[in-house]
Amino acid sequence: MAEPIIALESASKSYGAVRAVRGASLSIGAGEVRALVGENGAGKSSIVRLLAGVQRPDRGRVLVDGAPADFNNPTDARDAGVAVIYQEPTLFPDLSVAENVMMGRQPLTTGRRIDRRAVHRHVTDLLARLGVRLDPDQPVRGMSIADQQIVEIAKALSFDARVLIMDEPTAALSGNEVARLFSVVEALRDRGAGVLFISHRLEEVFAICSTVTVLRDGEVTHDGPTSPLSTDELVRKMVGRELSQLFPKGEAQIGETVLKVSRLTREGVFVDVSFEVRRGEIVALAGLVGAGRSEVARAIFGIDRRDAGTVEIGGRELPNGSPSAAMGAGIGLVPEDRRQQGLVMDLSIERNATLTTLGRLGRLGVIGRGAERRVAADWAQRLQIKLHDLGDPVGFLSGGNQQKVVLAKWLATEPRLLIIDEPTRGIDVGTKAEVHRLMSELAGQGLAVLMISSELPEVLGMADRVLVMHEGRLTAELDRDEADEESVVRAATGQRGLAA
Amino acid sequence: MSTDAPAVPVAPVLEERGARGVVELIFRVRELGLLVALALLVGGTYLAEPRYLSAQNLRDIGLNVALVALLAVGQTVVVISRNIDLSMGSVLGFTAFATGSLFADHPGIAIPLVIAISVAIGAGFGAINGALVSFGRVPSLVVTLGTLYIIRGADFAWASGRQINAADMPDKFLELGSNSIAGIPVLTLIAFAVMLVAGFYLRSYRSGRELYAIGSNPDAAVLAGIRVGRRVFGAFVISGALAGLAGALYAARFGTIDAAAGTGQELAVVSAVVVGGVAIFGGSGTVYGAALGALLLACISSSLAVLRVNGFWEQAIIGALLLAAITIDRLLALRVTHLLQRRSARRAG
Repeated sequence: MAEPIIALESASKSYGAVRAVRGASLSIGAGEVRALVGENGAGKSSIVRLLAGVQRPDRGRVLVDGAPADFNNPTDARDAGVAVIYQEPTLFPDLSVAENVMMGRQPLTTGRRIDRRAVHRHVTDLLARLGVRLDPDQPVRGMSIADQQIVEIAKALSFDARVLIMDEPTAALSGNEVARLFSVVEALRDRGAGVLFISHRLEEVFAICSTVTVLRDGEVTHDGPTSPLSTDELVRKMVGRELSQLFPKGEAQIGETVLKVSRLTREGVFVDVSFEVRRGEIVALAGLVGAGRSEVARAIFGIDRRDAGTVEIGGRELPNGSPSAAMGAGIGLVPEDRRQQGLVMDLSIERNATLTTLGRLGRLGVIGRGAERRVAADWAQRLQIKLHDLGDPVGFLSGGNQQKVVLAKWLATEPRLLIIDEPTRGIDVGTKAEVHRLMSELAGQGLAVLMISSELPEVLGMADRVLVMHEGRLTAELDRDEADEESVVRAATGQRGLAA
Repeated sequence: MSTDAPAVPVAPVLEERGARGVVELIFRVRELGLLVALALLVGGTYLAEPRYLSAQNLRDIGLNVALVALLAVGQTVVVISRNIDLSMGSVLGFTAFATGSLFADHPGIAIPLVIAISVAIGAGFGAINGALVSFGRVPSLVVTLGTLYIIRGADFAWASGRQINAADMPDKFLELGSNSIAGIPVLTLIAFAVMLVAGFYLRSYRSGRELYAIGSNPDAAVLAGIRVGRRVFGAFVISGALAGLAGALYAARFGTIDAAAGTGQELAVVSAVVVGGVAIFGGSGTVYGAALGALLLACISSSLAVLRVNGFWEQAIIGALLLAAITIDRLLALRVTHLLQRRSARRAG
């Protein structure tokens, strides 16, 4: 068998006291699409950083074509043909698409000047090859995450990468965008490139990967072809225990209407959206990314102003554009983007957890450390947040535990309605089930929950009712027994509207 | 299987063009807006006081703007990379004094050599700033605030009350500061040339573009393989060298130099840069905008002098202008983002 293009040989890497990677080996050969799966905090991102030259292993080595390679920086890795698409977009918002793609590798004229025409031509070609409509001169600021992902892929293609490492590329994509990505990945594979594909969506792993490496607590627990495995077996290898049920939404007493949205409109974003959420009910807002779901949530919470329509909480209309009024009326919003919107990453866990309730904690405006810590410790225990010390920066926690801190922060306000945008994005399977259990419990206690989710199993498993949006309009409202994969997807892609 | 991804029908060219046009206009409007403000100011003052556009006054404006514009170009290079150089005024003061004392203590020394030494001293200070920022990982605001005081202190200690006068310097050198070519002061021409070179560098060279990338997203810049430390270091060396050049030219222009020369210049320079549309958090802006900003500020102060308005107003107006520039900047950024989101929503639909 030919040498793998790139391999990691019994590599270890520690960050302080945390041993992120322990003696892990992994190889990617030509024409191979390998999945790297594991719970959050299992060390996947650390492995990516080693292969990308961002960090060097403490022990073990990186092999390129069978020969030891010493990556001192990302440029070394790139020169060896390794392209990485990170979880968080790594683009320059002020610069154009073309500049983003070619940064540092712009074709030069004689005299070492940048050949702008060649840059433009090259990027236009790349985008055409990807089959996308993007203007190379458009600044990246304001582009959707899906489009930004495309720019990242164009960047990888631009230097004919031999190995493409994708760290959760599909987390922000939906439906046809994932299909588009997969066709690009397959094209790369057929051209002889190797791909390392990291995803929490196991169905994607089975759809596109021929081999799989399973990581648990920094160690490789499985390495082999994908086909003989079932989803359950794979999950078991990841978490090391049986998961009886992923989505346990229990029965809850459904009570009076808490949230009533009537004919809500924000020009150019969504139109004429009306629905209700009742006590004890979990309502899912499904649809493709960009359908306007998060925007509806933002307008309900008052972050964005609505152009028309009303939002009522318990029969009282909310003023337009006032998040503090929304909070006062009992709405909590757990945003989609934990790192940017949900948490202050550098602040401690306890500070984050008590941010929303500072007014209540203080005495004459002075906030006592003791009170803060008590409240935070209480929530940490109730939500089973796994942490070392409440005083640690929240950025130290794994994704799932970070999400619990965001939940704690909002639950502490004793909301009547909780809006959760993508509750389990980027969260590992084990913690996912815990977040779901938590949501179900909260609904059982009489909380009204509006959940925005791009993951169909989550929507179908958790929701009492499913609202589906397509291009800024509500296209379907399905009861639990009406909602299945087909009906939701049809409505999300706008086919139902045509048939009706 | 084909190696190419399935092609999607190409979008109508018109739509793309239109989209780009709007965005481009909004980004360019910063410089357009400056020109409009400049035209209004000059026109208005001229109507009230025709002496404003006299050859003498225009020459004075040209001379006044030259040094600030020179510094503003250097500052822009630094600000684009999401840093700031507050030590420029002190570097100018130190190098101006160095220029004067070189001439005073070594009569007959070659003029280009003195200018070169002044530039080198400035570059040296820039290298210290740059090293502390890039390799010491201290925020540039703190580093350059520190060197602002240290360099000024060194200047005072060295000068120890001494003043250098025009008589100490060769006439040929002083002519640099007072002569004109085709009616335009030499100083202004030098500043203009430096601006063009810097503008060309930032636009057309990889290292120039990389400064924008660093300012736009420092983390991504590291991942893109940009040697961030080296580039930022270079930006500080450029800004120091330009401050050194400005110091030599300051000596030539004013003839009289004491240890307080150029005190507070850094704030005028930062104002010019911000008014000129360079984003204070890096990533966007041009040296042309910064130079226009310097010109606008120089015109305002001249116009107030000509109209015999109390000098106090000058400060207030510059302050107001600064706030207006930053506010407009934010509003524009928000509007552009909104516009782009709407468009992409519509396009997806």
